[in-house]
Amino acid sequence: MTAYVINGSSFEHDEEGYLKNLADWNKDLAEIIAKDEKIDLTAEHWEVVNFLREYYDEYQVAPAIRVLVKAMKKAFGAEKGDQKYLYQLFPYGPAKQACKIAGLPKPTGCV
Amino acid sequence: MAEVEAPKLPSGVRKKLMFVNRKAPHGTIYALEALEVVLISAAFEQEVCLAFLDDGVFQLVKGQNTQAIGTKNFAPTYRALGDYEITRLYVERESLAERGLATADLMPIVHEDPDDADEEKPSIQVVGRAEMATLMAEQDVLLSF
Repeated sequence: MTAYVINGSSFEHDEEGYLKNLADWNKDLAEIIAKDEKIDLTAEHWEVVNFLREYYDEYQVAPAIRVLVKAMKKAFGAEKGDQKYLYQLFPYGPAKQACKIAGLPKPTGCV
Repeated sequence: MAEVEAPKLPSGVRKKLMFVNRKAPHGTIYALEALEVVLISAAFEQEVCLAFLDDGVFQLVKGQNTQAIGTKNFAPTYRALGDYEITRLYVERESLAERGLATADLMPIVHEDPDDADEEKPSIQVVGRAEMATLMAEQDVLLSF
């Protein structure tokens, strides 16, 4: 599969599932990507996804995990600005998985 | 595939790394590549700083807009460097002056100072050529882009 398909429209992604065109993203697409990642999006997931999109909008970069934790802490407090909390929501790597669902590129420096 | 803790050099060795930026931002890939390497290097817990000289000073000019050339405007990413604990961006005064630029033409870039109640401090330091030479001499590694 090289594209996500919604109602007959297809949206290209790379070999790891990251959207090729940032502008393609919408909430329905996020749900589809999340399903591929075996994640049911809850309000807590959306909070992170939306936060990442705002971060990207401001800085044009998908933050590394360490940076995400710190920025979340500042925005939502210590309980949510916490690596363990984020891993509970996104078990295969919060920065990586949440960025994918948010339609952002893979975080720079993420292997 | 899961993310891991930042790799550590043996016995917690910390080196002084300076990334030297000498080229204008959007005509070539140098500036963007340098920025990406800088972001990656931040994970290795080294003492990282950046230097901007020659046409490299244009990388920090405010109000950049790449729409007409159809490339990504990565200029806002310099403002995220503080989040990566990269807090020292040295800009050479002579390079600015030779290009008709002043400090006021540069983007405001700040970082939080953990030693001062997370007070926001400016990250850009304009230094003279002689001081830049001294800073370079103090580094363990210089990476030129």
